[in-house]
Parts: sequence; C-alpha cells; structure tokens
Amino acid sequence: MNTLEARLRAHPLFADLGEAMIRQIAACARDRHFDAGQYLFRAGGPADEFFLVREGRIGLEAHAPGGAAILFSTLGAGEIIGASWLVPPHRWMFDARASVSTQTICVDAVCLRNQFETDHELGYALMARFLPAFVKRLHATRIQLFDLYGGQAR
Amino acid sequence: MTTAQDANVFEPTVYRVASIVREFEDVVTLTLHPEGVQRPAFTPGQFNMLYTFGVGEAAISICGEDEDQRGFVHTVRQVGAVSQALASVSEGDAIGLRGPFGKGWPLSEAERGDIVFVAGGLGLAPLRPAIEHVLRHRSRYRRVTLLFGTRNPRTILYAKDIERWRRQADINGVVTVDHADAGWRGSVGAVPALIAGAPFDPRSTVAMVCGPEVMMRFTVASLLDAGLPAERIHLSMERNMKCAIGLCGRCQYGHDFICKDGPVMRYDRLANRFSVREI
Repeated sequence: MNTLEARLRAHPLFADLGEAMIRQIAACARDRHFDAGQYLFRAGGPADEFFLVREGRIGLEAHAPGGAAILFSTLGAGEIIGASWLVPPHRWMFDARASVSTQTICVDAVCLRNQFETDHELGYALMARFLPAFVKRLHATRIQLFDLYGGQAR
Repeated sequence: MTTAQDANVFEPTVYRVASIVREFEDVVTLTLHPEGVQRPAFTPGQFNMLYTFGVGEAAISICGEDEDQRGFVHTVRQVGAVSQALASVSEGDAIGLRGPFGKGWPLSEAERGDIVFVAGGLGLAPLRPAIEHVLRHRSRYRRVTLLFGTRNPRTILYAKDIERWRRQADINGVVTVDHADAGWRGSVGAVPALIAGAPFDPRSTVAMVCGPEVMMRFTVASLLDAGLPAERIHLSMERNMKCAIGLCGRCQYGHDFICKDGPVMRYDRLANRFSVREI
C-alpha cells in the first residue's frame, strides 16, 4: 500500500473500506496543501473535486451581494469538503477557504463519478459513507438555525 | 463577625455593588460585597437570589468571587424586570442577597479523569467557578476541555479568562460561533458538533453542561453518541424560582425542585422528563 493509500485509510470516512476500493480512489486522488486564506473553490465554479481534511480547518463562506463574506461553517480533520460534486449540475454553491494552514487529500470527482458508472459496488460503498456524513452535517446545520444561546438570565 | 448565612433564610442580606463590568449591551458582571457580615462560602454551580429593592428577586448563578474573596461575582443578562434592574445598578447601590442555594458541579467525582465543560451563551457563567477550581487544582484532573458556543465573535463571554485558562491551565478551549465574518479564524457551527472531535476518554470523563435547554438537549445527544454514560453527564437546569429552598413549588420539575435538588442535576435522573414540553 503506497503512502497516499495509507493516508486515505487513515481518514475516518474510508477507515473500513476494502483495499481494492482504496486503490481505486487513490487512482483519482492526490495530496493538496492550502495556506491560510487560500481558496479550495469558489461559488459557481465546477464541482469536479472534493477534499478530505487531514489537518487544519476549512471555512465555508457565502457572499451577500455587495456585502462582506459570511462564514457559516468550519470543518476540520476527518471531515469531507464538498457535496456538490455528487449531484448535477456539479457546481459549487459556496466558497471554501482554508482558515489555517490545511492538509487535504483532493479527489478528482470526474474520475470517481466515471468509476461509479462502471463499478456500482464502489458507488454503493462510497454513498453508504458519504450519506451519513452529509446527514450529520444537515442535522448540525438545523441545530445551528435555532438561536441556541439566547434567553437565559443566569 | 457573623456570616450572611446566619440570617433568616428569607431575609436578604444587604450587599453593595463594588464594581460593574459591562460585558455586552445587555449583559453585566457585578461584584457584590456584603455589608457588615462575612460572605458565606459557596460551591461552584450554586446560585444566589438577588433582590433589587422595590422590583423583585431573581435566581442568578454565582460566577465567581473577587480576588480578595470578599464578594460574589454575578453575570446577568437583561431578560425581565428584575434582571433589567440588576443590569442598571450603579457602584455603591444596595442589593439584597439570599444564598448560596442549590447543588453544585461534581468536581470531586471528576477527579483523576477527563472533564468536558460545554457552555452555551451565558451558560458559561455558572461553569466559570468550576473551571477556576480546576485551574487551582489542575493536577487532580487529566485532560480538560471547554467547548463554548455563542452567537458571534462579539458575544464571547469572559474572552480574557478563556485565553488565560488555555494558557495557564492547559485547558483545551474551543470557541464556536453561529456565524462570523470571513476574518474569524475560529470554529463556526453549533457547539454539540464539537463533541465528536474533543479529546476525552468516555470511560473516565465527567461532562458538565450549561446553556439554554435546547442547546443542552442536543449536547446530551452528542455526548451519549460519543460513549459517555448518562450518569456522568451533569446539567445546570434553569427555572423561575421564588423561595429557593424547596417550599413554594415554583421551580418544580417533575418530582424535583430545581432550587434544592438542582440546579446541577445528573442527566440519568431527569432523562425521562428532559424532552417533555409541558414541564
């Protein structure tokens, strides 16, 4: 197993994935480092990659027209950055930017989507891992919609 | 010198406002010195009944003592008539005080293990003396984590203290906000989402949680998901109180009175009531 494969397996998302599938993903993946402040992607751009965070922190931002960027979520080690690569029209909804120096594994989504078309087992295995991660993210976002911290006199 | 506790439990002792720190527009921290008596001892997590003469009385958690241990420190947000009056006092004003009351944080039980403090908004206030206790007795505890959620970077309560706790006491302090501008380098997201990544051993951890009930509900779910047993999760509950000694029933919560059976309560003892809307 080469080092990229080992790093993929070290990510919680793929920890229990079989060796052959790890090899298939590794064929579409490479290491990428982002300095603090560097963008991973911008809203509207083609969602043809996604990122597994190994170290550091990524902020997701939205821009109000004419206004400053609003930082609405940060994601750290062990998390996945990017969902838009999974669903047409494969365009980013938001900006993603490194809050601090961040080490990722970048996966070529076009390469992986092509593999899904011919290898449904790989597609199923990965969907079974992505879906819980994204549902968890959805729940976290809903919780964030409450005004969780207001109201007490203490 | 007598202590303030020697007085009739329903009779407030006069305290004077020694100093006022305006934390935010609607939040103040008051240091209160007793007049002619010694301040009673307190356990982190307990509360006092603060009485603004002519307005009324409210239960406010003790968030510490001043440096010479002469007075109580209370942080108050304006949410009603009494807290509004408390937030409007001037130095030297008289305030009536009864207390301390209630059960505090399980700091002895937590010794020799990890601690996770989880606070939301003003919920950091009742945890502050517990964190200060840990800081004074740091060697008795293993890994200590503070996860603190607030609305935005402008509403970080006790920001200087959090920095000091990180620096002096090897406390892993993570502040998360609901939203921020792009210049914020910290975490953004709800505080329960931080629990999965926090460094603690669920087999030997005590969690102490304080914040609005909805925040505590999601936090408890995340702590249970992380493997923490319900009996090692402790919550500080909040209800309107009147007598503060379990007589009047104002703060009744199922078969408990928050004033005397709480405010700090073990989650396993209230789990079956925690999601009941009517109580």
